[in-house]
Amino acid sequence: MRKNRKLHGVSLVILMASVLLAISFSLQAGDFTQEDLERWDKEFMTVVMKGDKLFHSALGTNKVSCDQCHPNAANTHPETYPKFQQQIGRVVSLFEMVNWCIQNPLEGDPLPADDPKMAALLSYMTYERRGVPLAPGKH
Amino acid sequence: MNMNRRAFLKTTGAGLITSAFPLSLVKIAFGGQGPSQDFTFGYISDAHIQQIQGNNFVRNWDMGLIRAVREANLLTPRPDFFMFGGDLAQLGKKEELDHGLEIMSSLRGKVRYVIGEHDYYLDLGEYWQSKIGPLWYSFDHKGVHFVTLNSILTYDSWVHKKWPSPMDRMLAMARLDNPQGSPFMVGGEQLTWLKKDLEKVNRSTPVVVFSHSPIQKIFKPWNFWTEDAERVQALLKPFEKATVIYGHVHQIEYNQIGNITFHAVMATAWPWPYPESYSQKASCMPKLTVHMNRADPFFERDATGWQFIEMRKGKVSMHYQLPDNKNRSVVFNSKTGKPQDVNYQGYGSRIPPQTHY
Repeated sequence: MRKNRKLHGVSLVILMASVLLAISFSLQAGDFTQEDLERWDKEFMTVVMKGDKLFHSALGTNKVSCDQCHPNAANTHPETYPKFQQQIGRVVSLFEMVNWCIQNPLEGDPLPADDPKMAALLSYMTYERRGVPLAPGKH
Repeated sequence: MNMNRRAFLKTTGAGLITSAFPLSLVKIAFGGQGPSQDFTFGYISDAHIQQIQGNNFVRNWDMGLIRAVREANLLTPRPDFFMFGGDLAQLGKKEELDHGLEIMSSLRGKVRYVIGEHDYYLDLGEYWQSKIGPLWYSFDHKGVHFVTLNSILTYDSWVHKKWPSPMDRMLAMARLDNPQGSPFMVGGEQLTWLKKDLEKVNRSTPVVVFSHSPIQKIFKPWNFWTEDAERVQALLKPFEKATVIYGHVHQIEYNQIGNITFHAVMATAWPWPYPESYSQKASCMPKLTVHMNRADPFFERDATGWQFIEMRKGKVSMHYQLPDNKNRSVVFNSKTGKPQDVNYQGYGSRIPPQTHY
């Protein structure tokens, strides 16, 4: 009896495992719906809007905002990064230039690269440049 | 009168001046030996003095205006007068206007002012008028008729809509890329005044108009635009020589529409991107304009500056004084009937930093 019960237990585990496997296979790449697309787009645009707000607010200590020099994030050129930033002397990602601006004209503290605020700023800047071909390294 | 370069340098500390100050500025000053009616004036614009709190103001913008005033004070002989082209303040506050006027007070010579939207939309020009003077006026100088316009008015429905506070209205207009903004205009009352003012002026008298916004339509989303520009242009059309000098755009721009020559002036505070740098909307940048060099943000004053202007035979020669950059000169060419950059106008003579994208 005990052996039988154990066998039952094992087969139950195998059965459950195969069901889980089947489910996870059905969730593999390629299988997403129109609703998913709309949700992901909405998630992205929410962050873009958050970035828009941040871009137009005082991120440092002197009330200066990014848009004072970069209306519609113009002249930020997200499509050209990473690139050799001659004033820094090495190849940098865009977040480093965003931090340079926060620290210098805005007289504030830099944001960690993975700060949600940084993701929002980069999302807004890139969205305002949508459709422009990538030109990594271009000065 | 025979002028040489030495005569234009201050006798004391000339060495210091030449080292701190681009020599080309001095050359320009003694370049002209035209008729006695020719004269010079200086033009400083868009200082955007911004209060942080109390006596604390944004250092960067303060330094831009201070530098322009200091450099302009070195001009010898003195220009006949100076113009300030608007946006002395960032948010139209008394503290900002007072602080800006204090810096301007060390400028040696007569100064006249053009109002900008950043000076206006907090109290609709009330403090400005009490401290500086009327928002539009005209004057004559050595045979030239000058007109200063308030070109940053807009629709009453926008000005008087239910704002939570006057500062909310100011902030809405101060944001250049505000999709809920409103286009600039001169408006009916001022147009009627301008028509009357110009009726008294002989058609052969050179006319120069000072405005904050361009009296031409370049890019509406950032108000590089005046809604009723054509109506002002129509009033200038009968004159043999007409010029419009405007601020607001923080960049080198020039154009020729019929008989009217247009020149923009630089900001002392910060440069703005050319509208074509914003890829989502079409703009109408004058083809004639050779762009200023792209700004290097690591040099705080790069792509800012002020102007030294010669009136020669009733037309403008615009000399841009550009810290950390080569100065630029845009001069009216009577043969082509257009303003032209003296060094960079031909496509072959342009340099890579003048390409904006």
